[in-house]
Amino acid sequence: MNLTLKIWRQKNANDKGKMVDYKISDVSPDMSFLEMLDVLNEQLINEGDEPVAFDHDCREGICGMCSLYINGEAHGPDRGVTTCQLHMRMFKDGDTIFIEPFRAKAFPVIKDLVVDRGAFDRIQHAGGFISVNTSGNTIDANAIPVEKADADKAFEAATCIGCGACVASCKNSSAMLFVGAKVSQFALLPQGKVEATDRVLNMVKQMDEEGFGNCTNTGACEVECPKGISLENIARMNREYLTASLKG
Amino acid sequence: MSGILNSSIGRKFAMALSALFLMFFLLQHFSINLLSVTSPETFNEVSYFMGNNPLVQYGLQPVLLIGVLFHFIMGFVLEIKNRKARQISYAKNNGGANSTWMSRNMIWSGAAILLFMIFHFNDFWVPEIVEKYVEGKSQVGKDFYAHVVHMFENPIRVGVYVLAFVFLALHLLHGFDSAFQSVGANNKYTKGLKRFSKIYAIGIPVGFIIIALVHHFNH
Repeated sequence: MNLTLKIWRQKNANDKGKMVDYKISDVSPDMSFLEMLDVLNEQLINEGDEPVAFDHDCREGICGMCSLYINGEAHGPDRGVTTCQLHMRMFKDGDTIFIEPFRAKAFPVIKDLVVDRGAFDRIQHAGGFISVNTSGNTIDANAIPVEKADADKAFEAATCIGCGACVASCKNSSAMLFVGAKVSQFALLPQGKVEATDRVLNMVKQMDEEGFGNCTNTGACEVECPKGISLENIARMNREYLTASLKG
Repeated sequence: MSGILNSSIGRKFAMALSALFLMFFLLQHFSINLLSVTSPETFNEVSYFMGNNPLVQYGLQPVLLIGVLFHFIMGFVLEIKNRKARQISYAKNNGGANSTWMSRNMIWSGAAILLFMIFHFNDFWVPEIVEKYVEGKSQVGKDFYAHVVHMFENPIRVGVYVLAFVFLALHLLHGFDSAFQSVGANNKYTKGLKRFSKIYAIGIPVGFIIIALVHHFNH
């Protein structure tokens, strides 16, 4: 396949940045999207140009590092996959592909297509954990019975890899699907109930301080999420938050 | 509890509660309007009651006005905040791939409804308030039905009303079940609620349109 790529280039966080056109030839439909970018970068290096910076790590769809807004969608036009699992067979010969970084005030661009998603880490630090004694007296998690339905829902919520596609896809740059998943994975389990009030209050407070927008239930986040995290988690977070606000 | 309205979820909850209240009011407004087609006498009696009962006038009416104002103001405040959350737009954004037009354009359907409300208040509410509280006229025996029929004689006015109800339908198509999601109601009943929301979102505005057209073409 021969393709035209329109890629966001930005030298550093302070640079204004712009879309730049590149031509790439002989792209195999079996390549992953990131492999196609690897080929482009080799081409750029050989020509003495600066390669395109983009995030990646496991390339197996589980680490949440790869991002990219491809042809107007987070992780591209395929469903239930991250960019590293997106294959070039999703495109046609002669296509023009727009490649942009995830856009949100809370995700500032560091360079080219790399954004700082540290805001998610700070939200996790605010309450996305349970306090467990790990000094040798750790209690076996299986010692506390958990209803199967709750365990399944908690697991589904915990599959969120924190990639930020929800924020990138949301017209409001809202992080509520991410925070909803992180609140839900503990709210559904007995181990998480002990700190439930502080957890949801602190995580939502941090989310608001980071500058994410307000959720208006468009559902774009759920559609674009590579892990299929459900809007049900946002509703659960809303309930948890309202209950916690009344308590404390 | 004190800071709840300063949080994103608190504002969302308040927005949803005002929406649920307004949707309930809309159903009540529609039921009364329907009487203007089925029984003009009953319509006159109910209109007199609504316009002169102290509980409705001094209790429910202010709550409704505050609810309307809150919903509009909060809608615009949230829109401004949300736009600030993304300072650089995408060069290419395929919103249609993951969300409905209605959900992405609530601000525009809402703004159209706001313009209509100003027009509608000027048609019915302001003259009535002036008549009752400025001129001090009694409404005993007033023919509210004749006033409604007279207002819908003008085809331009009917056109404006029809267009406004189309925007109302677009707003409700996303707003109805969105309000339930915002208050945390997403459960086994959500599928059924979504089906009912479509019936409500299309049925009520179409009903209003039919009432306006009936009065226009019958007289």
